[in-house]
Amino acid sequence: MTTEFRVDVAKALGKTEVRAHFRKAMDTLMTNRRNQFPDDAALQALRTQAQAIRANALSKLPELLEQLETNLTKNGVQVHWAETTDEANEIVLGIMQKHNAKSIIKGKSMVSEEMGLNHFLEERGIEALESDLGEFIIQLDGETPSHIIMPAIHKSKEQISTLFHEKFPDIPYTENVDELTVSARRILRDKFYAAPVGLSGVNFAVAETGTLCLVENEGNGRMSTTIPPVHIAVTGIEKVVEKLSDIPPLLSILPRSATGQPITTYFNMISRPRKADEKDGPTEVHLVLLDNGRSRIYSDPELLATLRCIRCGACINHCPVYVRIGGHSYGTVYPGPIGTILEPQKSGLSVHGELIQASSLCGACGEVCPVRIPIPNIINRLRHDSVRKDTDNTPTQDAGTRRKPLEAAIWQAWSFSASHPTLYNFGGKTATQLRGLIPHNLGAWTSVRSAPQLAEQTLHQQLKALGVDHE
Amino acid sequence: MSQTTRPPKPDTIYFFGTCLIDLIYPKAGVSAVQLLQREGVKVIYPQGQTCCGQPAWNSGYRDEARKVARTQIQLFPKTIPIVIPSGSCAGMMKTHYPELFKAEADESEALKVANRVYELTEFLIDVLQVDFTDLGEPIAVAVHTSCSARREMGVADKIEHLLGQLANVEVKQQAYKAECCGFGGTFAVKEPEISAAMVADKTMHIRATGAAQLVSQDCGCLMNISGAFAYQAQHEGKAAPKAQHIAEFLWERTNPSPTLPLSRKGDTPPLTRGGREGLNTSAEVQP
Repeated sequence: MTTEFRVDVAKALGKTEVRAHFRKAMDTLMTNRRNQFPDDAALQALRTQAQAIRANALSKLPELLEQLETNLTKNGVQVHWAETTDEANEIVLGIMQKHNAKSIIKGKSMVSEEMGLNHFLEERGIEALESDLGEFIIQLDGETPSHIIMPAIHKSKEQISTLFHEKFPDIPYTENVDELTVSARRILRDKFYAAPVGLSGVNFAVAETGTLCLVENEGNGRMSTTIPPVHIAVTGIEKVVEKLSDIPPLLSILPRSATGQPITTYFNMISRPRKADEKDGPTEVHLVLLDNGRSRIYSDPELLATLRCIRCGACINHCPVYVRIGGHSYGTVYPGPIGTILEPQKSGLSVHGELIQASSLCGACGEVCPVRIPIPNIINRLRHDSVRKDTDNTPTQDAGTRRKPLEAAIWQAWSFSASHPTLYNFGGKTATQLRGLIPHNLGAWTSVRSAPQLAEQTLHQQLKALGVDHE
Repeated sequence: MSQTTRPPKPDTIYFFGTCLIDLIYPKAGVSAVQLLQREGVKVIYPQGQTCCGQPAWNSGYRDEARKVARTQIQLFPKTIPIVIPSGSCAGMMKTHYPELFKAEADESEALKVANRVYELTEFLIDVLQVDFTDLGEPIAVAVHTSCSARREMGVADKIEHLLGQLANVEVKQQAYKAECCGFGGTFAVKEPEISAAMVADKTMHIRATGAAQLVSQDCGCLMNISGAFAYQAQHEGKAAPKAQHIAEFLWERTNPSPTLPLSRKGDTPPLTRGGREGLNTSAEVQP
């Protein structure tokens, strides 16, 4: 079946230069991460700790969200709840309209990508400018992120330089990355000062203290959240943690898993708007808490693990599928293994259900996940959801809709045969006897491989003939 | 595994041969049985065995998988180890049967099976503590460890441990060794383009080592990789390293007469090797 996904995959696989670029980038990220964890026992202990922190937070999620709201409100931060991305967009728009703001400067936020915020605001005459360098680059080129922490990872420095020169003719073409960065910084600096509203994501929201934590490398997050008079933070409801003391372990494992940095360059803790006697900071701070399907995921004890994610991207960096097809082929906001489990749960199996087949279940993702999300198990579960008949037993949207009569019949026939040994052995024996009739063309399998040859005699037959006991 | 946690060496074990070995690679199964028998272990091969159920399990057809698995868990009533020459099928029984039978009436039966499962190379090293003597010519081999052997069973180091005992075998290290070969069961059929790209890289890296031979503990990976080698040899004129299951390779290199058949009832024990005598291949053997 040729679907849009398959077409995109085929196109991506044909781009050998881009593929080589991805491979090199992912190799570097994998090496960097490995170098950060020389002691495996220490890594496993830290993963266990990080998992426990996130699992604990999720186990008390409703209470912690209330506590977070109470503490933030006490501090003067305005908290908004959005069930859908439409609602979240409207909330942001409402705040902007209240201030008569015509532009917004954004720190990096995947939730804002999930909301399609830039597009939404632009349709309403509001300029949304990305200030993260990677996001800035892809915005210039009218693209979406191809990776959750390195949005422009699919672009080479040559492509970026050409793009800069095209969009800003006074910037000369250069392959010097530092020069390019300086150019982008110069352009953005003025925008920070002019923007009436700044937007950011949130990495961790601490319920105990009402603190929004933001991890970033470029300082643009700090600029976006401190220079404009109004700061809007957007985040998913799952990002809450219970205590301030939960932060250090997460902050230790996140950058090391993500880019292989020992620590993040900037760590921002935002608790309140500017106080009367303070000289800087926004005078108004908002937090938009987005659900967008997360409550549904939360209602299932197995699928719930999806929400432990701290968005480091390690699963993506280590995925043999992602490294070959790149982020855009997925056609989703979140690509790679985390996208494979998150997207079909967020939007339903009829929208992105095909992604769950795009995994060899090799387990590389689960092996590196800093919060031990059993990604392959969840893929397996979603495959079950997609073809199951007892659809009332799962919260996954569009469960059972990918059950195809022919495929189901094949599995039922297989199941019948393999649960009746006499029939199965007869079938095996017959197949080996007729092995000359097996076609050499087995469709997709034989497009790059020779067809496997059946043996002359099955193992059952051979071991029986050799007198190996059978009970 | 440390010495103290090693289970005692059993007299008798069950052997689960896997459906792929049954139909396509029976020689790997026979070799595995021979290796086990040579260590003095009696092997029971329940003839009612079919498939562990993994293909349906990984495709989301859990009822169909459970129906098959249910017939299989009844084949191993004695509390003795179940040895499987595949990380993938062993992983299915050991780690996924508990999920597949969760809250089912026969859950405890399934757990009893799961807890006794060993992957073959793990069993040879950790339980039987084999000590092989290499009888073969010098050869360079590459090792492909299946993802399930590596990540579900945690036995990635076992093949090289075994090969380390063979004086004339040199192990070549291919680039991206720990990366999936692209088989993934139905993945190879459902996402043929991605799977093809993965196996193309895998074969390229193995070929680049110059190894004459590839060994693995999983026939799914071998079918994928050797199928691609054969195709590339035929269509692109490239060298095709020989691909073999580790059991077959070990048996051929450590047995003075590799073609010697397995012991039959009534035969004398067929094999004696330096330092070991009277290897009893079966309790049924009559002198």
